[in-house]
Amino acid sequence: MKLEAIREKIGYQPLLLGAIALLASAALALASNATGGAIAAAEAKDLRDSLSEVLPQGLADNDFLTDTVDLKKGEKTITIYRARQGGVVKAALFKVAERGYAGDIQVLMAVDTDGKTLGVRVLKHAETPGLGDKIEVKKDKWIKDFDGKSLGDPTPEKWGVKKDSGVFDQFAGATITPRAVVKAVKGGLEFFAAHKAEITG
Amino acid sequence: MSESYGKLFKDGLWENNVVFSQMLALCPTMAVTTSGTNGLGMGLATTAVLVVSNILVSMIRHTVSSQVRIPVFVVLIATLVTIVDMAMNAWLHELYKVLGLFIALIVVNCAILGRAEAFAVKNGFVASTIDGLAMGLGFTGALTFIGLIREFLGSGTLFAQASNLLGPSFAFLEMKLPGYGGALLMILPPGGFAILGFLLAGKRVMERRIDERAAQKAELAAA
Repeated sequence: MKLEAIREKIGYQPLLLGAIALLASAALALASNATGGAIAAAEAKDLRDSLSEVLPQGLADNDFLTDTVDLKKGEKTITIYRARQGGVVKAALFKVAERGYAGDIQVLMAVDTDGKTLGVRVLKHAETPGLGDKIEVKKDKWIKDFDGKSLGDPTPEKWGVKKDSGVFDQFAGATITPRAVVKAVKGGLEFFAAHKAEITG
Repeated sequence: MSESYGKLFKDGLWENNVVFSQMLALCPTMAVTTSGTNGLGMGLATTAVLVVSNILVSMIRHTVSSQVRIPVFVVLIATLVTIVDMAMNAWLHELYKVLGLFIALIVVNCAILGRAEAFAVKNGFVASTIDGLAMGLGFTGALTFIGLIREFLGSGTLFAQASNLLGPSFAFLEMKLPGYGGALLMILPPGGFAILGFLLAGKRVMERRIDERAAQKAELAAA
């Protein structure tokens, strides 16, 4: 029989679809195999880069990427990376998220054992370009205002943007975004204070 | 045949340009053209998918029956896009962080299924390759052009972060207009629509001028 005749038969259609699906799966498996290692390495490098950015240099002598502890915060699990020096925990690094103007703002922060922030960076956000995106360290140094702050300094009622009679600047045209970041950092510090024993233990 | 291959290129780059004439794939066009670099990156990734998908479709066009051709093409395109997605994540990670969200969306870029249906399924290997390349480059050109205009008006730069895409040796492309903060609106969606509208209108005017001139010439020749 000619191909044109076979092609019209009802049994040919599922066979063809099956064969194509099989070939596609094989190609995907091969590609996944070939790229898996490089993707994992690139993601680990991303994480390491962002973690080292909030952690002052020379504070840790351990590989804090592997020294982790998972804790519950509400319903979410937060992975805490522990920076040690000589085996003693010096700082905890973790991610917190808070709802901003458009979607969640993901914040990475490092807290030392006295409950003081060592550094804060925004990892991911969808705030308005040009207005809310000043929370990125590339665009504005605003996020560095958090360095050295703790739950007692400023006092709890001052933990807010200036519009809410706090100490942190807001941006012209964008109050919701910095408010969310302040809330996220404060929440992170409270979370650290509540779980200090488990983290440093 | 060389003349008709030339026609394929002219079609893809100008006369039948995916964005400016077929008005397909406007969703990725609006989304990624906030800078020239983003437009270029998205365009090149789409071109790669388009060329390979056209090649595969033209190769299996006799085997595939017309009843199931659409699901077959969709599986093929989805597979290709996933492979491009993984490859970029692995080897062009910096760019992937910028374009990551949009790469997966190439699957639903109607221009790709459109070319498979309208061209590759009816034409041979060489013609389909050239068609994919021409359409892809036309798309890349359109995206880069819109991206550059929006970037220049919106943030006062040209090809910012191009070295992430093309390597450090292309850093010379990056330009910044000193003392210009940019009109934010152009980066936001309304700016995208406005620029695209102006460009479409401009292309129509140009085409009409060219037609009128050709008609005048023909009249003169007849007289």
